[in-house]
Amino acid sequence: MDHIISVIVENKFGVLSRVAGLFSGRGFNIESLSVAPTLDPSMSMMTIVTTGDDRIIEQIVKQLNKLIDVIKVVDLNESEFVERETALIKVHTKPEDRAEALRLADIFRARVVDSTPTTYTIEITGDTNKIEAIINLLQPLGIKELARTGRVAIAREPVRPAATQPKRVAKE
Amino acid sequence: MKLTGAEIFLECLKREGVNTLFALPGGVVLKIFDILHQQKDVNVVLTRHEQGAGHMAEGYAKATGKAGVCLVTSGPGMTNVITALADAYMDSVPLVCFSGQVPTSLIGNDAFQEADNIGLSRPCTKYNFLVKDVNDLAVTIKEAFYVATTGRPGPVLVDIPKDVSMNKADFKYPGSVSIRGYNPTYDGNKWQIKQAAEAIMKARKPILYAGGGVIFSGASEELLELAELTHIPVDMTLMALGAFPGEHPLSMGMLGMHGTYWANMAMHYSDLVIAVGARFDDRVTGKVSEFCPQAKVIHIDIDPTSIRKNVNVDIPIVGDCKSVLRELVQVLRATVNGDQKDLRRPWLDQIREWQRAHPLAYEQDPNGAIKPQHLIKRVYELTKDRDPIVATDVGQHQMWSAQYFKLAKPNRWLTSGGLGTMGFGFPAAMGAQAAFPGKLVLCIAGDGSFQMNTQELATAVVSKLPVKVFIVNNRFHGMVRQWQDLFYEGRYASSYLDKTPDFVKLADAYGAVGLRASKVSEVDDVIREAMAVDKPVLIDVPVYQYENCYPMIPAGGCNHEMILTDPPELKKQQPAGAKVAGEDKDTVLTA
Repeated sequence: MDHIISVIVENKFGVLSRVAGLFSGRGFNIESLSVAPTLDPSMSMMTIVTTGDDRIIEQIVKQLNKLIDVIKVVDLNESEFVERETALIKVHTKPEDRAEALRLADIFRARVVDSTPTTYTIEITGDTNKIEAIINLLQPLGIKELARTGRVAIAREPVRPAATQPKRVAKE
Repeated sequence: MKLTGAEIFLECLKREGVNTLFALPGGVVLKIFDILHQQKDVNVVLTRHEQGAGHMAEGYAKATGKAGVCLVTSGPGMTNVITALADAYMDSVPLVCFSGQVPTSLIGNDAFQEADNIGLSRPCTKYNFLVKDVNDLAVTIKEAFYVATTGRPGPVLVDIPKDVSMNKADFKYPGSVSIRGYNPTYDGNKWQIKQAAEAIMKARKPILYAGGGVIFSGASEELLELAELTHIPVDMTLMALGAFPGEHPLSMGMLGMHGTYWANMAMHYSDLVIAVGARFDDRVTGKVSEFCPQAKVIHIDIDPTSIRKNVNVDIPIVGDCKSVLRELVQVLRATVNGDQKDLRRPWLDQIREWQRAHPLAYEQDPNGAIKPQHLIKRVYELTKDRDPIVATDVGQHQMWSAQYFKLAKPNRWLTSGGLGTMGFGFPAAMGAQAAFPGKLVLCIAGDGSFQMNTQELATAVVSKLPVKVFIVNNRFHGMVRQWQDLFYEGRYASSYLDKTPDFVKLADAYGAVGLRASKVSEVDDVIREAMAVDKPVLIDVPVYQYENCYPMIPAGGCNHEMILTDPPELKKQQPAGAKVAGEDKDTVLTA
């Protein structure tokens, strides 16, 4: 199952490679990773989508916590969260397909952000299913290029930091 | 007053109480060496290779418990020290390594002797810093020592570009530093400790499994107290030797791949494993799925990632071994009623039986060759009154040393465990000797391992580090040969070391003392003779070449299924040219 881990890190050079190096060095997967500064510009938030069984996720959370530049780790799957992803899709359109492309964008509440005689660039935001769905429907028209941001997520209620001790301890 | 970066560097070392620096110069660190040349507070040990500097700093750290410090130049200086950093990282050795870097304006330009020091060292350091501004230098060095020595210790790199060591800044050394992303847990969870105490009270066949964490946290006394209070026998990992007195009746010696029969049997059949500062390494667990099948596991470790990494843990306690053990002993004192000895008797009797069934043993060679075990055992017996520090290299001799040296105190055992770095022992011994000039420091080396850092003989002589190096000389990479015997039908691919130098002449060439024992009867004399010399001594002891180290748990095997002697079908082949005529006339080499 996909796990979304949100990591607050020091906003300084080299931190991304420490996190990436941790994942590659220990054979953990990264499905997607997005990074941007937080409200406090001295910190950045990374949203990491990863996969693995409970034991691996526990190790990932612990190993991230162990990194000195990591300030806080939250395993969002431990509670309710909302996730979003944005994609920019450049569709190659023959004259007879242009109306269809617009109609699909409309159905998905996507926006056309650029247009040329032969292409539309569509911006879509939503969860992964929604993005996959519009991609599937646009594919027959001919997708020229696709840029996805990777998922970002936020907890729906205040959460405690992911347990640095195993869960049963934290419950006491 | 403003100081240059180089002067700030020196001031910081003094404030940190560093009295020895293992170093090798180069273009971008010359300003620092120039300052070091004009002072007397920090003793600079000039090594012949940066790997030697790194291992010496490790030996210094393991023997003193303080951070070892080394200084190398950019580019090749940095790449050469990587092995030592990786070794220190695996074995949690507190180390601060300073590397030179090309001037900040040239970083990234492929300048002469430039390397991405931060990128190179990232996977093998606990943390690393690039100092871009001389104004940050003092704080960075303070942080480096803080990170290296607190929590689970480890190596830290500080990369200093040339212009940073030349530029000037006001010097102010911070009294303390804090890093918001770094807050090691020292005190264990009280409720968990109570759970652990209850489990200990209920257990019938408990075993303490002590690791290197006991030594770095200085928890030997607490461990002894716990073991004696509860009469629980103590298995030690390779890294923990000395953490518990080796000749104590509750000491089981080393466990693991080449551990004692009873240590491994006790672990396998226990109903409670109390791991203290150990990490369930694959050389200890063997086949994980069949590791301690009947046991509950208590795991005390300062590093949360160690817990549940390899095996399932029933009672995890994150904290410093010393503080957790102290608390645990306190709780137990309140609950233990009467002597635990009687309760423990059946279990301890069972262990004695295992001990009697398969003690550590070897047979003298009928042709008169010296058995490596005999040499190592005699070195132990003839030196133990002097409470020596013992370094080893990696391989068969290391395992035999671990089996036969029953060290009484911590910080006496310097060995490369996690990374298994051949060439570690000799420089590590020198590092310890630099820390304790008056102490007897031994190194048990293999002929293969020793040749990986032979050049440091010059350092030993020049810096007056009178270490005693015993070369267990079998003209093989012995452990490789053993695996080839057992798993590759005796085909000795690249394990035979042809043309091993004459170590006595080699010692002489460097200005050290060379000795040799060629017969069993000469072993004791040569040991005594070496002890009497106040100079570095290289003692070449040609041994029986085909001795294998037992017990042995084959990689991925189960802990109670040990190989105890050479299997009968074992065919030992003579490698081409193994009987070298002429130059070997005073050594016994044939099987």
